Amino acid sequence: MQLRIDRGAVVRARRLAGAIVDPVAAFISRHSTVSVERAVARVCGVDGVDAGGIPLPNRLVDALPARENGVARALGAALAETGRTPQQVAEAVAAGEPLGDPALTPEAAIRAALAPHAERGLARIDANRAQRAALLARLPQDPPPLLYVIVASGNIYEDRTAAVAAAEAGAQIVAVIRSTAQSLLDYVPFGATTEGFGGTYATQENFRIMRAALDETSERLGRYVMLTNYASGLCMPEIATTAALERLDMLLNDSMYGILFRDINMQRTFVDQHFSRQLNARSGIVINTGEDNYLTTADAVEQAPAVLASQFINEAFAHQAGLPDAQIGLGDAYEIDPDLEDGFLFALAQAQLARQIFPDAPLKYMPPTKHMTGNIFKGHLIDAMFNLTSVMTHQTIHLCGMLTEAIHTPFVGDRALSLENARYIMTTARRLGDEIDIKPGGLIERRASAVLDGSVQLLERVAERGLMQAIEDGSFADVRRTRDGGRGLEGVFAKSAAYWNPVAEALAPGEAALR
Amino acid sequence: MSTIKPFGDTLDDGAVQLSFTLPITWDEAADEAARQLVTKMGFSDVAVVEGRPIAAGFSFFVVYARTPVAIDVSTVAAPAASRDALDMDGVDALIEKRIGRKLRVVGACIGTDAHTVGIDAILNMKGYKGDYGLERYHGFDVYNLGSQIAVEDLVRFAKQREVDAILASQVVTQKGSDVANFTALAELLEAENLRDGVLLIAGGPRVTNLLAAELGYDAGFGRGTLPSEVATFIARRIAERVPA
Repeated sequence: MQLRIDRGAVVRARRLAGAIVDPVAAFISRHSTVSVERAVARVCGVDGVDAGGIPLPNRLVDALPARENGVARALGAALAETGRTPQQVAEAVAAGEPLGDPALTPEAAIRAALAPHAERGLARIDANRAQRAALLARLPQDPPPLLYVIVASGNIYEDRTAAVAAAEAGAQIVAVIRSTAQSLLDYVPFGATTEGFGGTYATQENFRIMRAALDETSERLGRYVMLTNYASGLCMPEIATTAALERLDMLLNDSMYGILFRDINMQRTFVDQHFSRQLNARSGIVINTGEDNYLTTADAVEQAPAVLASQFINEAFAHQAGLPDAQIGLGDAYEIDPDLEDGFLFALAQAQLARQIFPDAPLKYMPPTKHMTGNIFKGHLIDAMFNLTSVMTHQTIHLCGMLTEAIHTPFVGDRALSLENARYIMTTARRLGDEIDIKPGGLIERRASAVLDGSVQLLERVAERGLMQAIEDGSFADVRRTRDGGRGLEGVFAKSAAYWNPVAEALAPGEAALR
Repeated sequence: MSTIKPFGDTLDDGAVQLSFTLPITWDEAADEAARQLVTKMGFSDVAVVEGRPIAAGFSFFVVYARTPVAIDVSTVAAPAASRDALDMDGVDALIEKRIGRKLRVVGACIGTDAHTVGIDAILNMKGYKGDYGLERYHGFDVYNLGSQIAVEDLVRFAKQREVDAILASQVVTQKGSDVANFTALAELLEAENLRDGVLLIAGGPRVTNLLAAELGYDAGFGRGTLPSEVATFIARRIAERVPA
């Protein structure tokens, strides 16, 4: 099943996306954020909380005498002067000891003192990546679409039970959805947690608990079960770090989601997404982008070109951070109004269009949510049509729709029914997409062509004004955000000439040299 | 006929369908456990039509049964907030004729709730299911504060702008967070002596007009509500307060 698409338009869209992200890249390279610096501290081994429950990476970065120079310089100097470990330095800072002036320590001594700690953190990340590859080779997954389910009880131990049950029922990827407000916290909570609203806090300990349970389940089932969390909000770099340290396999990680849908400052988000994606590139974590959000807040038919335009922009930002196509899980969703005549054909057109434009990307396909109601029987049918679209168009990451989507966070039985639905449709129609041709010039092809043209036009308008201005003007999802508005701007700063970040240098040697 | 029972295929057969999960590994005894459990719920003629394992330690059942109980519907009342809704032009005409000024409406997802899909459907110009949102009406000045708004901030805003109506939305209902947030808002308005001056409206997929009334709200709108239904309620209620 192939659409005839205007290859020239695709080339043009990619060129426009490049022109859109390039000026932002220049901004990113001149700036850092408190969350980037805290991520550097975490890679170097700083963890834990003080007596008041404040994470030590926060205490350390907040205590920097000159944050424009980066945390590494001050930390390296403290190591060289005191012989302590990074963790001991952070504990001393939390106990009230001030950091010294790094200018008093020779440059070579600073670098030599911190380098082994940064290397150790990166080595652990590399070892996790190698272990994932070995596990996948020994415990191969079933072929895609990979069935993805969410657990969200608020209690990590209940989540663990639900995740294991879902894996046994056929889930190949488990995501632990986060507590509602976590994206707005300017720190990463600590330890195992048993309370949350609409989800469970993302903490390094919670990651570890879930990974251990799924590793055991993977061995038992003979297939590797992947773990996902959310690197969005104010702590993208730190979540990417903890996820890399605990061998998560995927992270939600969009270049604009926080700006548009959580009102996080755009400067903060652009800098944070870049560093977090560099880390993801290193750790082998597949990112999932959030284009589905355009469709849940606005009309799916109208917003289709915006979804494709956002996919191009997310791809360009991801490439800039060094992510290969195989780690770029571009998003879309089956949110078409069930009452719309031929709506299924529209969904098929869009999904197949994305498949052909991004052939090597592990596309993430999200289920219907907006038009799901308390009529669970009809909802189960809508989910079936979504499942059919996914298998016909070879989507890679398939987030299973729940018949009770509109009612509650899924019961264990809801997940089992949902997985049964997906497995039935994907078995009975496994090769349907390979066996049929799309009518040339027909409804599906014309729709795909209109979506592609619309996305090129949108990208042209954005490229003309620049991405930040376009967001200020409400070009995406009808949401307007100002350059200096939203949460987290106070955590963004321009790097000084003395700024040093050994982790960033290791992640992108070429880029650090450019600056 | 005011006393009724569920209707399967015969009057008063009391037929219901249930489905549920039990935390046990499936075997024949699990089916029997499900049957006895449903019998203990008070049902008769219990048929476990499907029972199967869904994971280690969990079994899923589909059950048909008959209930012996009936309900006298003449004793039941649940007034809907959205009766005989006007369309956009009708609402605008009502506001212009009876009130003679624009009505100020503020909406927000309160507390930690970040799901604006409901409040956006009611307020955003685009609306929902082809029914335009309140921003499109001539008769309303709309302020949509968006997600995760503290009730203190919402009340402060409402006071400063002297709004006519407050629309509080809650999508997340886990562990009663919705009711807690709705209650906090109502209590703060009372404490600030603002309650009588505004229409207080609750919205969300699990909200009913009855629940809203219990929480001290003027109205509650649930799943599938159209913007024109909310608009009609606000316009009519405020028009009633205007001396003829």
